[in-house]
Amino acid sequence: MWQLLQIELFKISRRPRTYIAFAVITALCLVFQFAFKMDGESYLKLMLQNVDLDFDLDKKKVINGYFMCYIILNTLLVQVPILVALIAGDSISGEANMGTLRLLLTKPFSRTQLILAKFIAAVIFTTMLLLWMAVSALVLSMLIFGVDDMMIFRVKGDASQILLIQQDDVVWRYVAAFGFATVALTVIAALALLLSVFAENSIGPIVASVCIVIVCTVISNINVPIIDKNIKPWLFTSDLVGWKGFFYIKVDEEGVPIRGSLENWPAIRNSLFKLLANIGVLLGTAIWVFRKKDVLS
Amino acid sequence: MSPIVSVSHLSKKFPGLTAVDDLSFTVMPGDVYGFLGQNGAGKSTTMRMLLTLIRSSGGSIHIFDKELAANRHDILRRVGAVIEKPDLYKYLTAWQNLAIFARMSGIRPAKTLLMNQLQLVGLADRAHDKVKNFSQGMKQRLGIAVALVHDPSLIILDEPTNGLDPQGIAEMRQLILRLSNEMGKTVIVSSHLLGEIELMANRMLIINKGRKVVEGHVAELLDPARTIVQVDTPDTAAALRVIGDSAWAARLKSSTPLIRIEMHRNEIPALAGILVNAGISLQGLVPKHSLEEYFLSLTTIPGQHVATFAD
Repeated sequence: MWQLLQIELFKISRRPRTYIAFAVITALCLVFQFAFKMDGESYLKLMLQNVDLDFDLDKKKVINGYFMCYIILNTLLVQVPILVALIAGDSISGEANMGTLRLLLTKPFSRTQLILAKFIAAVIFTTMLLLWMAVSALVLSMLIFGVDDMMIFRVKGDASQILLIQQDDVVWRYVAAFGFATVALTVIAALALLLSVFAENSIGPIVASVCIVIVCTVISNINVPIIDKNIKPWLFTSDLVGWKGFFYIKVDEEGVPIRGSLENWPAIRNSLFKLLANIGVLLGTAIWVFRKKDVLS
Repeated sequence: MSPIVSVSHLSKKFPGLTAVDDLSFTVMPGDVYGFLGQNGAGKSTTMRMLLTLIRSSGGSIHIFDKELAANRHDILRRVGAVIEKPDLYKYLTAWQNLAIFARMSGIRPAKTLLMNQLQLVGLADRAHDKVKNFSQGMKQRLGIAVALVHDPSLIILDEPTNGLDPQGIAEMRQLILRLSNEMGKTVIVSSHLLGEIELMANRMLIINKGRKVVEGHVAELLDPARTIVQVDTPDTAAALRVIGDSAWAARLKSSTPLIRIEMHRNEIPALAGILVNAGISLQGLVPKHSLEEYFLSLTTIPGQHVATFAD
């Protein structure tokens, strides 16, 4: 198994397409950082136009490394599933397309081992991608913009909110958020892997994975009670953005943020369990289908 | 001596199609076993079942005296295979491909082992070139090296000469014979060309529409004493009179529309001699084995000319 995993990682590392994802993330982070360095205050003005502030806001202090990373994650984590699907969707179908699948399966290991090795390799790729994102979006932003207290703008119900997190209370939230995002993106990897088992070329599972994510995300954003109640709880995309929960800090009765607190830990925990259950079902199905599959490619 | 491969009443059904039907055969140690059939006859399906790529619908497969499904890992550790095209990782070098598949086969590949394998198939000087730059023949040879890298006892090659030029076909044939004669491997090789199997195999099986047609030793099945010679002449009546007065009269198989006589291949010059001496205009004497005739009838589409097999 370890042998197989090493080989899978070696193959991933040797494919040029692997590095497209890292290049895309770096480029997008740099674009964000450049834009905010040049004209971040205009963005703040736009955000705050509907917020009544009863205090003076030092806009230069607000646009710091922590704030920048949150802005980047908010935008990029919606796109990263495409990059994960690019690798995981190619896992089995790519081998079938190249004709190497039949050779692989004549080797003395089981199909379950092969799927698990491919899945773990995809998870490692996803983790590396997020680590790289952490470097590009967080560390680089901290170097460019410095660090200060982190301000979050949030729409809750009909009201806009500003949450303030003290700078020494931020880092653990990012660690937790990146950890959560890894689990969330692993669902995409498991979905793409499952679709990959059925196909004999890579395009189909990659496009299908992305389409499923897009459709489910759109439905997750429709705010109609009947959908809220009956459909959204079943969609994994409703839980993909659960990482944000680590930045929603609890406030006391006087509206003062409580250090080290989370506004709704049970919701985050439930999202995490649902994502893990999704991974289990998708991966289990992929193994079941692949074990029964006749290899005709 | 017990067989290396023993297949009994094997079948494979796909929706609306029976690809393999009640197929039984045995492969003995040291055999180059030819698996012959037209395209779609069920050769590849059978080979894929031998390698667990396809699940059988019925019957049993024993390899090395063990039931395949229950001993898959142990058996596959001792089997090397190239199924159809030897597709490898194009973005990796020959060396990297070989090393990967060696490790997958459960061995730690030493540099000398990898280089020896590449030398065996004539690719030592291209070891560090990416496979995407290889010709079809080179890929085929690298595929053989991959199949051999873990020193298997049984090698399964599905249509190994497909897509090769004549020189490549000859080289592949030599390599297969070396595997058997010099390295003592048992080889199962499939082809849709009888001539290919005749030149490589000592035993063979003909399969048609998923069913066994005949199995046996090539020397017996393609016995030169049972060659059918077709006499091609515009003077059919005169030729028949000459043949009727000769020692081959009793071995005349047909007289219309074509004259066909069963004889030893070595007797063909003598037949040509008496016909020419009798003043018969002879356009040709075409030797065919009865098995070849039969196999041609399987592969010939009515109205379409099919080239004869190499002698």
